[in-house]
Amino acid sequence: MDHLQVNHVYQWMKITNDKIQKNKEVLTSLDQAIGDGDHGINMARGFQEVMNKLDAENYEHVADMLKDIAMTLMSKVGGAAGPLYGTAFLKMSTRLKEQDATYKNFSQAITEAVNGVKQRGKAEIGEKTMVDVWAAVADQMSKESHFSAELIVNTAKEAMESTKEMMATKGRAAYLKERSVGHMDPGSVSSFYLFEALAEVIAEEG
Amino acid sequence: MAYVGIVLISHSPKVVEGTKEIIRQVNQDVAIELAGGTDDNEIGTSIDKILEAINHADKGSGVLLLYDIGSAKMNAEIAIEMAEGNNIKMVEAPIVEGAYVASVEAGMGKSVEEIITTLEKNF
Repeated sequence: MDHLQVNHVYQWMKITNDKIQKNKEVLTSLDQAIGDGDHGINMARGFQEVMNKLDAENYEHVADMLKDIAMTLMSKVGGAAGPLYGTAFLKMSTRLKEQDATYKNFSQAITEAVNGVKQRGKAEIGEKTMVDVWAAVADQMSKESHFSAELIVNTAKEAMESTKEMMATKGRAAYLKERSVGHMDPGSVSSFYLFEALAEVIAEEG
Repeated sequence: MAYVGIVLISHSPKVVEGTKEIIRQVNQDVAIELAGGTDDNEIGTSIDKILEAINHADKGSGVLLLYDIGSAKMNAEIAIEMAEGNNIKMVEAPIVEGAYVASVEAGMGKSVEEIITTLEKNF
């Protein structure tokens, strides 16, 4: 794959939505352990709305598609994941505006997304949040020069699993302090599904 | 000169309704607009609701947003970035006590900045 096109982003969202719908209960129970228990329901609702939106529109540019994804997630998710995922996609859209989503541009767009999420959530790496997965993927992608399904999925998986032993200092889980240790961060798990879906799109294209 | 408007943002519609009731007992003049719950009135917050509340609360002298936990703050920030009016600010304070003090101050004709200073001093 040379660059990400509109049909790839559509597939990316479709597969992400399928994974989230299938794992809704997993996300909910992770969030019940250390949060308010609404992550599964919120993400399932938000990504279903994303698919409804994408199915109803025709897109020429990846940036326009990413922007609609961002706005839909922001207004339909409800929990903290809405503004955070929304910001991530909005930053990607801004970086790719009037540009082809070549590897370099897309990799930089992911980095911009990480910066946006950090700023919006006032979170840094190692605080048991989705930033841990996004930052790891952005970092590894920036060291490469071509789309690699394996790199993305392996990096995301490792980063997701690393949140298990972390103590939360941001979000609702932070109120639990050391009791947050021993559970994977729900936002990191949903971020993993997103990157696993991206890897599947890349692998499919070859 | 119009009063500063107040927007109350909570995960629960009941929290902001109750807070408004408490304020209305002492002040009927200041615009108090509510953004409680998601678009479907579930527990959560909604950028669209916050934006609409800002627009209604804005009488020309600015708007002050108070919020509760989690996503409320981030959605308030995004709504402020998207809002068109001038002098729309948010302040970190306990929502019930903070909104009460803010409304009293607004009713005295204080500016957004003056109200923020008072709240930061008090809480």
